Amino acid sequence: MVEVVKLNKSFGDLSVLEDISLKIEEGENVVVFGRSGSGKSVLLKCIVRLLKPDSGEVFIDGKKVTNMKLKDLNELRKQIGFLFQGAALYDSMTVRENLEFPLIRNFNFTESERETKVKGVLEKVSLEGAIDKMPAELSGGMKKRIGLARTIITEPKLILYDEPTTGLDPITSKEISELIIELQKDLKVTSIVVTHDLICAKIIADRAIVLKDAKVMYEGRMDEIIKMEDEFLKDFFTV
Amino acid sequence: MKIITREEILRTNIGKSLINFFETIADLSVFSIRFFKEAFLPPYELGEVRKHMVELGVKTFPIVSVAGFIIGLVLAMQSQPVLLRFGAESFLPSMVALSVVRELGPVLTALLFAGRVSSGIGAELGSMRVTEQIDAMEVSAINPYKYLVVTRIIACTLIMPILTMYVNFLAIMGSYLAVMLSMNMNFELYINSVVNSLQFSDLFPGVAKTLIFGFIVGAVGSFKGFYAENGTVGVGRASTSAVVLSSLLILLVDTVLVKVTVLLWK
Ligand SMILES: Nc1ncnc2c1ncn2[C@@H]1O[C@H](COP(=O)(O)OP(=O)(O)OP(=O)(O)O)[C@@H](O)[C@H]1O
Ligand SMILES: [Mg+2]
Repeated sequence: MVEVVKLNKSFGDLSVLEDISLKIEEGENVVVFGRSGSGKSVLLKCIVRLLKPDSGEVFIDGKKVTNMKLKDLNELRKQIGFLFQGAALYDSMTVRENLEFPLIRNFNFTESERETKVKGVLEKVSLEGAIDKMPAELSGGMKKRIGLARTIITEPKLILYDEPTTGLDPITSKEISELIIELQKDLKVTSIVVTHDLICAKIIADRAIVLKDAKVMYEGRMDEIIKMEDEFLKDFFTV
Repeated sequence: MKIITREEILRTNIGKSLINFFETIADLSVFSIRFFKEAFLPPYELGEVRKHMVELGVKTFPIVSVAGFIIGLVLAMQSQPVLLRFGAESFLPSMVALSVVRELGPVLTALLFAGRVSSGIGAELGSMRVTEQIDAMEVSAINPYKYLVVTRIIACTLIMPILTMYVNFLAIMGSYLAVMLSMNMNFELYINSVVNSLQFSDLFPGVAKTLIFGFIVGAVGSFKGFYAENGTVGVGRASTSAVVLSSLLILLVDTVLVKVTVLLWK
């Protein structure tokens, strides 16, 4: 589904990603770990071409994203969901307008179909009451959940989550993790999830990737990673 | 005699700022040309354009109203004693009308508009940039240039002539207040001499050039905001530098246009 080949990205002198190669199968949930500033968000943005890699290739569904025409890229992006670390809600629009925005512009749903979809995703993130609020009136965690609702409302086949549970209480966090699993089961969604949240990772991860010093330091099953005899990994996973 | 090399000039502060300025102008031109490529393709987002026009109108209405009326009033107050000295007091209405319609109205409105609007657009788009809202549009396959920039530039361009005609009207009213207080001239006579002195060649270029000023304000504000960097600091910078650059460009372009209109309508 997603393949990254020898991807390099730097900002000025700072090399953020070096020779990153990954392969993610259809229907798989892969979790990406790494310390703050290790380039996790940059990696996600390179995959959807929000950032241009210095070198290397990205393939989605076998199609080469890196030098695709904008028109084709947009067709592909309609099938991709992206949850930003900061939620990135449109702050001049209400929650309802935020959710309807991609529906109106990219798909031909009737008004009542849209209404059903909006209500449906809000129920999934348990925020039915926020429908007519402005983003500024929401708490940080609520913004995150509305961001998540906006990401899944178009029913994408591939979803990239940048820290979906950060800033949420343990109960909500668990609900969100279960929602991610549910999407995988019901809609066969492929997911790449950046997270620091071990509980969340244990629930959702089929496989985990650890980034360190701009490289993929480890890649393997979640339960194996936790048991690894490595200083860094031990520090990382023992709370 | 010491010859100054090109490199030495480029190393001075003035040299650097000049280069910066021309780089900005080059980037701005590329940014603006994109407008003409995208504005004429669907979807047209007319709803957004209308929303922005109403917003801009409401936002600038109070300041241009006050400024328009007062500039007419003051202009008449200043000119009256001078004209009296030359025994040409009866030319006062024509003089005020011509100055306002040909030059003061359009430029004053444009500068006020720039101060109020291009800073607003710069801040608005700047904060959308740094909070990744523009990226969010892009990944949802929505063209942010089209949705955010094209609509704002069109709104600015269309609303400027309307504002200018309104300012012209108020300035002429303001000037009548001064005339009424100091001279013995009734409203009908005043309006008659204003209308008689104005020709198409005075009105048309004055209003037409405000389309260009409106475009400049929209394009510069959007440009600065769209490429804002460095978090909230960058948003502030986008907003102030948008005002500076758009005001400067309005004055420069105005100079050129005045020359052109004088040549065209001798
Ligand atoms: N637009 C940018 N310009 C310059 N440097 C950047 C930019 N975006 C990211 N960086 C740098 O790239 C590095 C990786 O950033 P990234 O946001 O990917 O970290 P992260 O792993 O997501 O961290 P966190 O867990 O804190 O979100 C950081 O050192 C950051 O300073
Ligand atoms: Mg990050």
